[in-house]
This record gives sequence, C-alpha cells and structure tokens, in this order.
Amino acid sequence: MTASLLLTQLLNGFQLGVLLFLLSAGLTLVLGIMHVINLAHGTLFMMGAYFAATVFGWTDSFALAALAAVGGSLLLGLVIERVVIVHLYERDHLYQVLATFGVILIFNEIARYGWGTSPVFMAVPEMLSGTVDLFGLAYPAYRIAIIGVGLAVGAALYVVVHKTRVGMLIRAGATDAGMVSALGVNIRGLNAMVFAAGAALAGLAGLMAGPILSVQPGMGEPILILTLVVLITGGVGSIRGAVYGALIVGIVDTVGRAFLPNLMREVMERSTAQAAGPAIASMLIYLLMAAVLAVRPAGLFPVKHG
Amino acid sequence: MVDTTLTPAASAAHAAAAGAARWRPAPHLCVAGLLLAGLALVPLFSLWLGQSFYVTLVSRIMILALAAVGLNLVMGYGALVSFGHALYIGVGAYVVGILSFHGIANGWVHLAVALVGGGALAALVGLVCLRAQGVAFIMITLAFAQMFYFLAVSLKAYGGDDGFAIAARSDFGVVDLNNSVTLYYVIFAALAGTLFCLHRLVHARFGMVLQGCRSNERRMRALGFPTGQVKLTAYVISALVCVLAGMLLANLTRFVSPSYMHWLLSGDLVVIVVLGGLGTLLGPVVGAVLWLVMEEALSSFHLTGGPLDELVRTHWLGVAGFVALVVALALKHGVYGALVARFEGRSS
Repeated sequence: MTASLLLTQLLNGFQLGVLLFLLSAGLTLVLGIMHVINLAHGTLFMMGAYFAATVFGWTDSFALAALAAVGGSLLLGLVIERVVIVHLYERDHLYQVLATFGVILIFNEIARYGWGTSPVFMAVPEMLSGTVDLFGLAYPAYRIAIIGVGLAVGAALYVVVHKTRVGMLIRAGATDAGMVSALGVNIRGLNAMVFAAGAALAGLAGLMAGPILSVQPGMGEPILILTLVVLITGGVGSIRGAVYGALIVGIVDTVGRAFLPNLMREVMERSTAQAAGPAIASMLIYLLMAAVLAVRPAGLFPVKHG
Repeated sequence: MVDTTLTPAASAAHAAAAGAARWRPAPHLCVAGLLLAGLALVPLFSLWLGQSFYVTLVSRIMILALAAVGLNLVMGYGALVSFGHALYIGVGAYVVGILSFHGIANGWVHLAVALVGGGALAALVGLVCLRAQGVAFIMITLAFAQMFYFLAVSLKAYGGDDGFAIAARSDFGVVDLNNSVTLYYVIFAALAGTLFCLHRLVHARFGMVLQGCRSNERRMRALGFPTGQVKLTAYVISALVCVLAGMLLANLTRFVSPSYMHWLLSGDLVVIVVLGGLGTLLGPVVGAVLWLVMEEALSSFHLTGGPLDELVRTHWLGVAGFVALVVALALKHGVYGALVARFEGRSS
C-alpha cells in the first residue's frame, strides 16, 4: 500500500516537475539570452489554458485546442515582445519587473472580463481519460501523457539548442550578445524568436495543465513563483538547470506535502504535528532553495561561461 | 577666487544675491514642508467636511508611504530590488494580531516583539538573499515572501486563508489608538520621524557607503568598506520600517490576513517607489498619495454614468496595471524626481 502510494506521489511530483520544466525552459532562455526578467510568463501560461479550454469546449477536438493554446500564446508572446519587452532590453531589471507586473494585472482583468471570475472547466480528452496499468498501479493516462509531452519537448529542446545552427546562435547570444550582433546576426530577430518560443512553451504548459488545474484568472501566479524557485535552485540561464531544478522542485513539493505531515506525527505530539505539518510541507521547497543558495549561490547547475 | 577683481559695488550686489540664494529654501525642503503640513491638516479638513472617511483613507496612504519609504532605502539607495517587502508588513501585522489574540494588549510589548522578531527574521532572510545578485535577488526575495505567505495561510489557529479580526488595538497607555484622529497622528508621527531618521542616515557615512555600493560595489570593497555588512544593515533597517508599517496597518484595519503578505502588495510598493521617484526621500510619499488616490478614484469611478464606469469600477486593477506599465516604460525619475529637477532647473 505504502509503496504504491509512494509511487503515485513520485509520478505526481514528476508530472508537476515536467509542467514546471515547460515554463522554466522558456523563462530561463529569455533571462539567459536577453537578460530580461519576464514576470508575465505565468500570464502566457494562463492565456494558453484559456485558449485551450475555449476551443476544446467549442470543437471537442484536443488537437485544435493544442493548436489554439500554442499558437495563441505564441502570437501573444510576439505582441508582448514588440509592444513592451523591446523597450526594456537596455533598462534595469527593476523596470522589467515593474512593466511585466503591469502586464500581469492587465491580463488578469482581461481574463476576468472575457471568461468571468469562476473557473472554466476543461475536460480530459476522451482518448486519455482512462488509466494505465503501471506495475499493478492504475495511474491516469492523461498524467502519463503530460510526462510524455514534457520529455519529448525536453529532448527536442536539447537537439535544437545543441545540434542546430539556431541553437548555436542562441548559446552564443547568451555568452556575448554584442559580439554575435557584430558578426552580422540579427540579434533582435533572434530575441523575438526566443521570446515567442518561450511563450509557446508556456502555452503548451497551459494546455496540458488545463484539465488538471482550475482555469481561472490569476492561475499563472502561483506557478510563476514555483518557476522562479526552479530557476534559483537550478541556476539562472541554463537549460540543464531548468530540467533538474524543475524535477527536484516538483518531486520535493508533491512528496513533501503527501508524507511530511504523517512523518511528523511519528516523531512529535499529534496536535503539534497537525498544526505544523502542512505549514512546513508548504515551505519545504523554499527551505530547499535557501539551502541550495547558501551552499551554491549560482544554483546547482550554473551556466559555464567562456 | 574670482571675486578678487570685482568692484566694491559689484561684490556687494554679489553678496546680496548670494544671501538671497541662501535664504531661498531648497526645493525639496519646500515640497517636504508643504506635503507634511498638508498631511497634518487632513483631520481638520475632514472634521470640517464631516467626512471621517478621509482620515481613514489618508491613514492608509501614510502607512503604505511609510512602507515604501522603507523599501526605498534598499531599492533606491542600495539598488537592491526587493520584490518581497510585503513579508515584513505581514510580520508586523501578525505580531499585533497574534499577541492580542492571546490577550496581550500592551502596545509596547507589541512594538518590542515586532521589532526584535522582524529584525531577526530580516537578518536571516537578508543573509541568504544577499548571496544572490541582480535578477536572482529579485526572485529570491519574492520567493521568501511567498513562503511566509503560505505559512500564514496554513496557520489554521489564526484564521488561515481568511485571516482574523483583532479584538483590541495596541494599548499605548495615554495615547488611545481607538480614537481615529489620535491613530492618524501616531501614523503621521511615525512617518515624519522615519523620514527624518532616514534623511540623517542616507547623508551619513553609512548612506554614502550604501550609495557607493549602488554605483560600484567592487570598488567600494577594494577601498576597504565592509559592503556586505552595509547592505545587510540597510536591508534590516528597511525591513524594520515595513514591520512598523504593518503594525500600524493592523491597528488601522483591526484585521490581519495573509493578503498583507501577498506579492501583489510587494508589487504595489515597488510601483509606489518608482512612481514617486527612486532614491529620493520624499518620492515614495508622493508615489503613495498618487497611487492610492488613483486606486480610490478608479474603484469608485463615476464619470459619464454609462457602461464604461461600470467596466472601470470592476476592472480597475487592469487600469492600475496599465499605469504601472506606463510608469515603467516612460517615467525614469518618478513624479517627485521630475518635479524637483524642474524646480532646480528654474531656480539656477
């Protein structure tokens, strides 16, 4: 019983980690290459989920919903890059935080205006609504699909960044944008492309999260904070850091919430454990982040320069 | 040295001009005087108008101004962008709430516990956060504030998500905070006193070193200044100012909830500082007045009586977001900064 419960929670944690990876990969690229901190990344996630839920409700086709979520947030990302972010490349991080904070507020109200305050329901697609038998454990097929999509995106991202010309330019841009620009590469175009790709990944995360989270205004913020914790833990600007950071944060958070209260009940008084257990479980990833930062200020997998 | 060749008459005229220049108070002193005098007169006006609403509104404005003044010490003078200062507002508020909940009403005890506890927490958090730099500092301060936000949400004994009402305000003996005008002047005194202390602090050696770190920390370290220690001290002081603001906020609203630590409030504080003017003492006060008056005006928007009013009233946060965006993109020195620059440009 406990073993299967542990396996379930590990898979849940893995699945959360995969979602976080989809978000943090985009955010870390934007941060590493363009040196822009985009707090509105969670907003793109939210809008992706809304696009997906709406189109899925209309057409009942998950493929079209995927197209709407990824395409919609990609376009939205391009617009935000052209209208807001482009003015912020040379500015201090403070103004980037402030401007993207404004964007979050604006889009939360747009969502509230367009779809109302109550959560929009998005069903699990018919094909993936069953369960899969994993070593005698029935696990929802949709969650397996999330893990599969995340792994596929991770692999594709690895190939693009490390094996293609565009990926080479991206890595070069992260090291020295000015030099890449001097060599005749359109760095502005590259920036816009990276930003749009990050937005599309956020939209994909929104699509996948739609059926398992409630799609409502402000749903992007809690996951944005988790994504920031991933970046700090893994190391800002590195894809490898995003992968491992996301999986560590996802698993520690899920497993901690599931087991810590019970574990604490073993070692201390019941009433104290009941009060303190959930509190400490919800703080666990932040404590982990603080511990990582105390030992390795640049994160677990910092970018190697030079 | 140039004066030696002047004729006696010319030099007398010069001296008179110099005297006049000396007598003309500096523009920032004018603004400070006007602003503080205006704030001091608010209760009289509202008494005259018979509207006690204004006393509460301006009390709230001054509390957020106080918190923003505190944040500005690290953000404006130290270039340490903390996106989690709402944490300390929450700490101050929760100390008042929890102590009153357990029947300890003495205000001095509240103050001592809040300042000692908040200071210790800020020292710990600051020690970890200051290991990070730039973007990472922004993200980690935000994450720490969220961590304590979730802690507050999980405190089921103290209202959890919903928060709880405070039975009685802090008891400071003769100074009765249950009188809204007395409370107003206590908040006013806290704001004015903090402004004075910070004015002395940023013009003292400590403030100079902090501003030096803002320009070039490596050079300051090479000159032998303990930059880490200075930054941590500034962080703790700014946190303590926010703790004080949180105590006053809890006393004003007689209510505590995790929303006092919410990151939207941290964001509001950053907007207020930049809107008013980064790295100026009075900027955050001006920013707080503008931002909260705008909030009030938008949430009770009434212009044409048409559907637009209704739209703005329900979705005023979106308009506020748009203003924040414009401030970030267009306003480099903030409203107060631009005002002073114009003033000084004309007088010289």
